[in-house]
Amino acid sequence: MKTARSHHSRPLTENPTVARENRLGVRGWQALGLAFGLTLSVSCHADGAAIATTGAGAAPACQTCHGPAGEGIAQAGFPRLAGLGAAYMQRQLDAFADGTRVNAVMMPIAQALSDTDRAAVSAYYAALPEPPGPTTPKTASTSGPEAAAVGATLATRGRWADTLPACENCHGPGGRGVGPDFPLLAGQSAAYLAGQLTAWKAGTRPPGPMGLMTVVARKLSDDEVRAIADYYAELPARGSR
Amino acid sequence: MSTARQRLLGGGALALIAIAVALYAAGVFDGQVTQDREQKMAAPEAAQFDAKPLTPNAANDLVGDPPRTELASPDGTAGAHVAFQPPPESTMPTGDFGDVIRRGRDIFIDTPRAAPAYVGNSLRCVSCHLDAGRLADSSPMWAAFVSYPAYRSKTKSVTTFQQRLQGCFEYSMNGRAPPLGAPELVALESYAYWLASGAPLDPKIPGRGYPALAPPAQTADFARGETVYTESCALCHGDDGAGQRTQDGYAVFPALWGPDSFNWGAGMGRISNAAAFVKANMPLGLPDSLTDQQAWDVALYMNSHERPQDPRYTGDVQGTRHEFHNTDDSMYGREVAGKVLGASGAPKPFRPLHAAQR
Ligand code: HEC
Ligand code: HEC
Ligand code: HEC
Ligand code: HEC
Repeated sequence: MKTARSHHSRPLTENPTVARENRLGVRGWQALGLAFGLTLSVSCHADGAAIATTGAGAAPACQTCHGPAGEGIAQAGFPRLAGLGAAYMQRQLDAFADGTRVNAVMMPIAQALSDTDRAAVSAYYAALPEPPGPTTPKTASTSGPEAAAVGATLATRGRWADTLPACENCHGPGGRGVGPDFPLLAGQSAAYLAGQLTAWKAGTRPPGPMGLMTVVARKLSDDEVRAIADYYAELPARGSR
Repeated sequence: MSTARQRLLGGGALALIAIAVALYAAGVFDGQVTQDREQKMAAPEAAQFDAKPLTPNAANDLVGDPPRTELASPDGTAGAHVAFQPPPESTMPTGDFGDVIRRGRDIFIDTPRAAPAYVGNSLRCVSCHLDAGRLADSSPMWAAFVSYPAYRSKTKSVTTFQQRLQGCFEYSMNGRAPPLGAPELVALESYAYWLASGAPLDPKIPGRGYPALAPPAQTADFARGETVYTESCALCHGDDGAGQRTQDGYAVFPALWGPDSFNWGAGMGRISNAAAFVKANMPLGLPDSLTDQQAWDVALYMNSHERPQDPRYTGDVQGTRHEFHNTDDSMYGREVAGKVLGASGAPKPFRPLHAAQR
């Protein structure tokens, strides 16, 4: 049983509107998600919560690195998972598993999980409430008012002379993410964010939907990568996704 | 909210869990608008239009739009031919005048929130005039400012810049025109004036408008347009063209058709305008990546869907078509999949957006 939609085919039983979602409230849905996750664990033997807290087979407990609340360990560059969408996370785990997203730590872990495990653990993390943005250390060197201005301009206005849209055009105001395909950036580990942009520049992270992020990242200098990573790491994640 | 939760969890009925499963599979928990990119559009069956190659000049009878010939960029290479650069924002004046200019910019980039009394959809000026109205070939405001007042043969009268702005609110924003001299128009005009600092007074200034495309080699086609849409647009604008909002309702990706988009009187409703805009600006971040043919096809596809009624509606669709859309450049009044576009009755009375919709 597939618990999360893969990128290209999504079972569409109905078309829930934003309005309906607002009426029920985010927490209601998140609670429902947990309830569903538990039901699923009984029926499919893939328990997202168990994988996260105790591991599965050769895969260690995710919480060792991603924290008990999915908050990550910013200093170490272990990303926060709470607040990310299930489809997005599952796509990342699939990419680690097939080696297209290159990372020495996560590749063997994802490979040790079955398809069903990857779906279940993604659903589990997607249903966790977002922790408030941790105060994360910056990416060193370039901090200061100038770098902050560079980060803020790229984030909110872009650099159109170079056909670079603002990050917000796709990641939403405050980098809080939009829809299933544009992940939350606010409050994420700065080291992690910088690492991802660098990976796209180097071609060690798959281009993702329409190759958009490869194009974006290749327009950023190394200094800009650090500035924008610091900018988003400091923004609050709350009230989002 | 808590009652909903209690009902859903407290009850604990299997039926509810089943519903949760269904909703879950549908992606509710990912938030926002659910889409299935492979699902065929519920809308029209593929339709072929025998539209003759479009003559760009047929697009002229738009509210306040200058003749396309004045806007055609000679070589079609975005930006390359453009010499004028608007001043950097850091040099915006301070003081009372600066405050009004800044207000104009704020209205431009967040129109529904900054001018709620006049806006009836989720679009913003910047949705179609990228980079806060600065970007050449995205119909920048500095080029517009130096092009008005302009004589329009359609109304046999001279349109001022403020009157041109009024049209944007009424049609592109599916709203209501602020009265001439309203603070919103004054602020937008001041912003455009400042952007045009140092520009020559010249309606042919390079970079104005969207660079017109040559007529398509093959007649624009709905089915091909749908393919382009699914591959290159739906990720952001949604399978249903309704765009995507954040959890708190902010429209990050604007609606391309449907009740939340521009109305049938807007310039973007012209296939040639849409094709020109899309080619030079979309997909966002990958401008000029579609072929001309793809831009025409997807523009036809986008404009073959229903949208709010033309405010100039005369009481019947064919009469309105005859009067305002009598060109191959508009799908208004045409039949697509058994439905006549624009046959939605009289325009809905304007209601300003309430806070949650902005
Ligand atoms: C030993 C530490 C460690 C453990 C254990 C671990 N991870 Fe990771 N995880 C990482 C690191 C480091 C990254 C960042 C990889 C990169 O830079 O590409 C990461 C990235 C991820 C991402 C991508 C996040 C994003 O925003 O794209 C997901 C999803 C993920 N891990 C899920 C899991 C799951 C599920 C488990 C448990 C089965 C797990 N991880 C266990 C260290 C760990
Ligand atoms: C044109 C749209 C677009 C723009 C503009 C854009 N992004 Fe993205 N971004 C995406 C998409 C789509 C993804 C998901 C990629 C995937 O699924 O692999 C993404 C993912 C990311 C990620 C990975 C997050 C994670 O958890 O691993 C980072 C970091 C990121 N973007 C940073 C930025 C920054 C910084 C900017 C501005 C300089 C920016 N993006 C601008 C579309 C965009
Ligand atoms: C749905 C897209 C859309 C939106 C939203 C929109 N416009 Fe436009 N605008 C257009 C199109 C299309 C044209 C015609 C350009 C052409 O003919 O090439 C245009 C033309 C103009 C012009 C005249 C340009 C010229 O060079 O003559 C001005 C001024 C203008 N718009 C201002 C605004 C303002 C201010 C707003 C917000 C209140 C706005 N527009 C919102 C699409 C849009
Ligand atoms: C990566 C996301 C993305 C993709 C893909 C994309 N757009 Fe857009 N589009 C945007 C954003 C964001 C805006 C508003 C720009 C702004 O506010 O600065 C926009 C604006 C528009 C507008 C003007 C506003 C409106 O609602 O009418 C049109 C028309 C449009 N896009 C058509 C298309 C078409 C056609 C395609 C496919 C060829 C496409 N877009 C692909 C993100 C995207």
